[in-house]
Amino acid sequence: MTEEYSIFGLVVLLIVLALAITRLTSLLAVAILAGAMSFILATVYTLLDAVDVAFTEAVVGAGISLALMLAAISLTTRREEPWRRRSAERILALLVSLASGAGLLYATLDMPLLGDPASPANLHVAARYIAESPASTGVPNMVTAILASYRGFDTLGEVAVIFTAGIGVIALLRHWRKGEA
Amino acid sequence: MNPVDFVIGHALQWGSVALLMIGLYIVMTRGNLIKKVAGLNIFQGGVFLFYISLSNVRDGTAPIVHEDAVLYTNPLPHVLILTAIVVAVATTSLALALIVRIRESYSSIEEDEMAKADLD
Repeated sequence: MTEEYSIFGLVVLLIVLALAITRLTSLLAVAILAGAMSFILATVYTLLDAVDVAFTEAVVGAGISLALMLAAISLTTRREEPWRRRSAERILALLVSLASGAGLLYATLDMPLLGDPASPANLHVAARYIAESPASTGVPNMVTAILASYRGFDTLGEVAVIFTAGIGVIALLRHWRKGEA
Repeated sequence: MNPVDFVIGHALQWGSVALLMIGLYIVMTRGNLIKKVAGLNIFQGGVFLFYISLSNVRDGTAPIVHEDAVLYTNPLPHVLILTAIVVAVATTSLALALIVRIRESYSSIEEDEMAKADLD
């Protein structure tokens, strides 16, 4: 039960950081707080026994994402102009997000509690993966076994997405470098 | 049901909903494009957290074969979110590259100044 309480505290911390990001106008501080949020997320994933996801979040979310944000800030600007939105627009946005949040909260009341072994998500194919994947693939880490073997095409699609994004970034920024020279 | 158990058992789901709301609000109200991308990342973090919270099994261990393990957590949501995290970074990098180019053309990354420059 202590794990659940530490998760509760970390989630509160995540919400406080997210609220701080809405208020801050220094983009440098926004990027650093976003990196801190990624590290806290990685801690929560570790507490939830999702060690592979925690690794990826710490390396990719807190590392690469933060580096990209800092690079973009150094190429553009460090300060956000104070918003000049009309207050009616802001209230409308607040109402829209509160309404969607209220709908989602209402839906969670029927959800199984954290760690319920009989929840629908844990009953369907998961049992088969846990029972058979070590023997049929020879990989002791089930996440790796599913990622590379059972869902290999999924991972191939992921690589295609990264490749496309990489080409996009090169195409966008190469032209800019030439123009500057 | 004991109300404390109810709150603690739903805390992660409510926390992810709160992150979704905050992210959505940032995307809708902030004119600065980098701030919008940060809001989008908060939104994505909420979705990932929700997904991983579904995979947890009480008293389970990480899904790596071990002789003393009795119960493993559900590895399938972990796989899906691993893919999603990497794709999220790919889209973030593309968005930031676009923002750098926008800054070159408009010499601003604020929405209202871009709209003004388009009108002139």
